[in-house]
Amino acid sequence: MSAAAPGALVFRGLTLGYDRHPAVHHLDGVVPAGAALAVVGPNGAGKSTLLKGIVGEVAPLDGRIEHPGLVRREIAYLPQAAEIDRSFPISTFDFVAMGLWRKLGLFRALRPHRGAVADALAAVGLSGFERRPIGTLSGGQLRRAMFARVLLQDARAILLDEPFAAIDSRTSADLLDLVRRWGHERRTVVAVLHDLDQVRRHFPTALLLAREAVAWGETEAVLTGPNLRRARQLCEAWDDEAPVCRGPAGHAHEAHGQEAHGEAPHDHAHDHEHAA
Amino acid sequence: MIDLLTAPFVEFAFMRRALAGCVALSASAAPVGVFLTLRRMSLMSEAMSHAILPGAAVGFLVAGLSLPAMTLGGLVAGLAVAMLSGAVARSTVLREDASLGAFYLLALAAGVLLISARGSSIDLLHILFGTVLALDDAALMLLGGIATVTLFALALAYRPLVLECVDPLFLRSVSRASAPVHFAFLGLVVLNLVGGFAALGTLLAVGLMLLPAVSARFWAADVTGLIPVAIALALASSTAGLLVSYYGDLPSGPAIVLTAGALYLASMLVGSRGGLLWRLMPARHLEA
Repeated sequence: MSAAAPGALVFRGLTLGYDRHPAVHHLDGVVPAGAALAVVGPNGAGKSTLLKGIVGEVAPLDGRIEHPGLVRREIAYLPQAAEIDRSFPISTFDFVAMGLWRKLGLFRALRPHRGAVADALAAVGLSGFERRPIGTLSGGQLRRAMFARVLLQDARAILLDEPFAAIDSRTSADLLDLVRRWGHERRTVVAVLHDLDQVRRHFPTALLLAREAVAWGETEAVLTGPNLRRARQLCEAWDDEAPVCRGPAGHAHEAHGQEAHGEAPHDHAHDHEHAA
Repeated sequence: MIDLLTAPFVEFAFMRRALAGCVALSASAAPVGVFLTLRRMSLMSEAMSHAILPGAAVGFLVAGLSLPAMTLGGLVAGLAVAMLSGAVARSTVLREDASLGAFYLLALAAGVLLISARGSSIDLLHILFGTVLALDDAALMLLGGIATVTLFALALAYRPLVLECVDPLFLRSVSRASAPVHFAFLGLVVLNLVGGFAALGTLLAVGLMLLPAVSARFWAADVTGLIPVAIALALASSTAGLLVSYYGDLPSGPAIVLTAGALYLASMLVGSRGGLLWRLMPARHLEA
């Protein structure tokens, strides 16, 4: 029913949060298929929560997320705070090979894919680490192994939460090349980043988030001085006295949330109980 | 010498039955124990084994000292506690250890109350310490059945189970298997505890599950090594324990678990991976 192309991510009046306090408030907009979107904003702006919402780790308080033509399991996700048990006795090779889960399932042999796993390890600069237990990797190396796992997932949409935070500059340059290649392969990329220069150089579109969308569109138009100042004024702390939000939900047409390219027209027929 | 080791089993049918039961239990409980320790749920199995008590007690009250009745009761009670605490952990802020702690105390208190309401202390001893030297056909079938189900289930769920241990968030993001695998594993734990309960009693049911698995960490580097090592250690301790109990005229359950405990202490000392002795005499470090 949505007119957005398959592979797109659509937010409709999306509110995500914890204990009724919104971390992302009434977000509307479309990430078109094949777009590379950088999500920037101060700490506590709801960037990670937005990604968690997309993969279903956090259920929306209001509104919804649509990904037409894309099963949730086809969305690869590189979390900021992983739940990895690093004391588990598993080799780096096997760890990265987990990315093949959708191809291998319970029983299919890993052997025919050994080359693919080796390529993924090489792409993140971890060749020669195959037999090392994951507990012996450094923080940055484990992060790279997780990135390699995302590569193997071969997903149509890829969510990266501060993918380069613990990674040295040379490796992150290599990985950014990979991200760019994903764009050529029409994969949708949403990356939470803090390095604004990196965003300007590598991401054509950006979303400046400060609980609400401060600006969303062409990167140069979004990362302006006034916009960044507005985003910084966000109050991180919860207001315990905050009144119940009566604002409009599910409005894809409202002001705060411009589309990146406008190539995904809204569907005006959908059911808005709260439509004004 | 060889004769000393084999004669009891050649001579006495009850020793052969005990051995057969222990072999089945070793093959199924030890791998389950490996995953338990890897998931840091070692002590949880102990709590779970207490949760079996009220079910066994109800079986005992209904049918007297009958293994099938007590097994069935234990199974129902154990599964109920496992599923309830798993469900609470997955849907509230409580972590699994906390919710299990609450449910198993409820179950344990109910069990003690039920047993003390009727039954002599001899019966209580049977329930607490098991009857490996009196395994009848039904009990052997039960242990064999449990081993078969466990090994098939582990083979089926091996990959998602490893994924769930290493990186549960990743498994949730690529598959819907996370919750079913978790509950299936809890089910296997209960199943094997009930098996251990028949052979070793509630107090020691965890023994053959946990001790070999913990000892294996000192000998093997990864899961594929841990499982066979744990099974081998469990087999060794149950055979040796039966012999010790035969020659020393000791209760068999504690003898088996104590043997497994001795193997654990030995592994901790001389195990090739992180054994204490090797720590005292570290080899010089490498160049790169």
